[in-house]
Amino acid sequence: MSTPLLKVADLTVRFRTEKGTIAAVNGINLELQRGQVLGVIGESGSGKSVTLRALLGILPPRKTQISGAITLDGRNVLSLTKRELSKYRGGEVSMIFQEPATALDPVFTIGQQITETVMRHGATTKAKARARALEMLDLVKIPDARSRIDNYPHELSGGMRQRAMIALALSTGPKLLLADEPTTALDATVQIQVILLLRELQRELGMATIFVTHDVGVAAEISDRIAVMYAGRIVETGTASDVLKTPRHPYTNGLLTSTVIGARRGETIDCIAGMPPDLAAMPQGCAFAPRCPLATTECTAAVPMLKKSGADQFVACIRQEADGRHAA
Amino acid sequence: MLGYILKRLLHAVPVALAVSVICFSLVQLAPGDPLAVVLPADASQETVDAVKAQYGLDRPLVVQYFIWLGNVVTGDFGKSIATGRPVLSEISNAIGYSLSLAFLASLMALIVGLSLGMLAGYTIGSPVDKVASAFAISGVSIPHYWLGIVLVVIFSVQLNALPAMGAGTNPDAGILERLRFMILPAVTLAAMPAGIVTRSVRALVAETLARDFVTALRAKGLTEVQIFGHVVKNSAPTALAVIGVQMGYLMAGSILVETVFSWPGTGLLLNSAILTRDIPLLQGTILVLALFFVAMNLIVDILQPLFDPRIKRI
Repeated sequence: MSTPLLKVADLTVRFRTEKGTIAAVNGINLELQRGQVLGVIGESGSGKSVTLRALLGILPPRKTQISGAITLDGRNVLSLTKRELSKYRGGEVSMIFQEPATALDPVFTIGQQITETVMRHGATTKAKARARALEMLDLVKIPDARSRIDNYPHELSGGMRQRAMIALALSTGPKLLLADEPTTALDATVQIQVILLLRELQRELGMATIFVTHDVGVAAEISDRIAVMYAGRIVETGTASDVLKTPRHPYTNGLLTSTVIGARRGETIDCIAGMPPDLAAMPQGCAFAPRCPLATTECTAAVPMLKKSGADQFVACIRQEADGRHAA
Repeated sequence: MLGYILKRLLHAVPVALAVSVICFSLVQLAPGDPLAVVLPADASQETVDAVKAQYGLDRPLVVQYFIWLGNVVTGDFGKSIATGRPVLSEISNAIGYSLSLAFLASLMALIVGLSLGMLAGYTIGSPVDKVASAFAISGVSIPHYWLGIVLVVIFSVQLNALPAMGAGTNPDAGILERLRFMILPAVTLAAMPAGIVTRSVRALVAETLARDFVTALRAKGLTEVQIFGHVVKNSAPTALAVIGVQMGYLMAGSILVETVFSWPGTGLLLNSAILTRDIPLLQGTILVLALFFVAMNLIVDILQPLFDPRIKRI
């Protein structure tokens, strides 16, 4: 394969809080090829959103310590100057937020918000920027874009607002799109439309995408590769079909079985017992051990490293034999 | 937008009427007989009745109200009992003084309040914020008549730099000369609204900065200056409401300050009307000041949707 578009090496993000410094992301490694879609799944608080924010450089500098390396297209993102960073954000990498109702400025029209972004990243005249905004609104299939462009966010439905935000994010032609649970706040039927739209746009425009979700079904729908995060670490990664068909980590397995789809009325739904650990008081060794059905005393000895398991699958679990079977 | 303005104007009418009822009846509740002031103590019953009839004070209150209202609407506020001059001309003389003082004080309060508030809101928790907040709290809590006297002691008595009272007697005085008389009362008057505006703007800016869309604006690469523009437009409607009310107070609430500085405005007029139980003058002045309040709120109502389109739908 060619050199990856994005390379993340040993990324750690710590927050200074009243309880002391906590690591929300703990030494993760990622690689993403051009045009590839990576689905990142995990529970709330597993560090998915923080990872995205670190990639975009929008974590508040006063409260965060970031270490490791983020390289996009050969450039080290963490050493960009303030000025370079604000060109990088929204230009090379852009982001779709979970809640379009709060992520769009309520007192500016959709058109104004897209136009100012396009102007910021290279458009020469207001007229050109507005034309681009219109083109984008058409692209995300907002009906009657010509009149919708002058609407305020509150005048649009939730699905339309999210489409507008997608248009905004893609208006500058980014190399990498970060999607932070973009369908979680939407109605189920609208969710599917937005997912299909995103998949279609991704194929058409070819930007690499990192898609964060806690919904395994959504991840399966859109991803080439999947990374499973737990308590700030990647515990399993591989191609989407490998990870979803032959999950190797007991946590992935738990995520896949804790679904209401296919469950019958009256039957209990399998779910993972317990709660994700408090990041300020992480357990020794494997963070999942306290909730893991396979855990032994060995698991609490050291943090397991990601190891190759199968053709293109990596898993961080010591109860995992090289042939992919769980040790008895 | 035109429909919205008309609707707001119509809404202001019942408010203004209610204000007029309150103005009229509050004065009736006040103790003291207005006639006692103008009539000699030994006036005969016939004289008293004649004067009562002359001012319409012998009619039922409701009738008095409607007669008064009818006159007021046509611009006739009656005659001052104390001076015999038309109330309207007394008020219009004073209102010019009060307006110019309120205008200068608002300008000071706005400049100080907006800049300190923004600064503090952007730097919550920092030393800058603490200094600004301490300043704001002092402005709100120091009694302004006391502040006025202290300023007079310092700038007029000790330094002999600024006049202590009045508005000057030279009718041909230039703007600078007039301003010299206005500085101390205006500063005194501006202290409280400056503090209130600082505190409100600080809270508004901090609240706006914490909202999701500010992160999203940063995420799309806007500069801090551009983001500031968004913050201002989002904070403007609430800031306007606070400022509008404060300007109303500056007009109406300046009784003490105008008295301390003998500034010949509506406050001083009100003060003397109360002391002499000059009911027509009192009613007229209070009504004009209250209507000024209504007008300020109307202006704020009309301006707000220019910043936030969601307000128009309410």
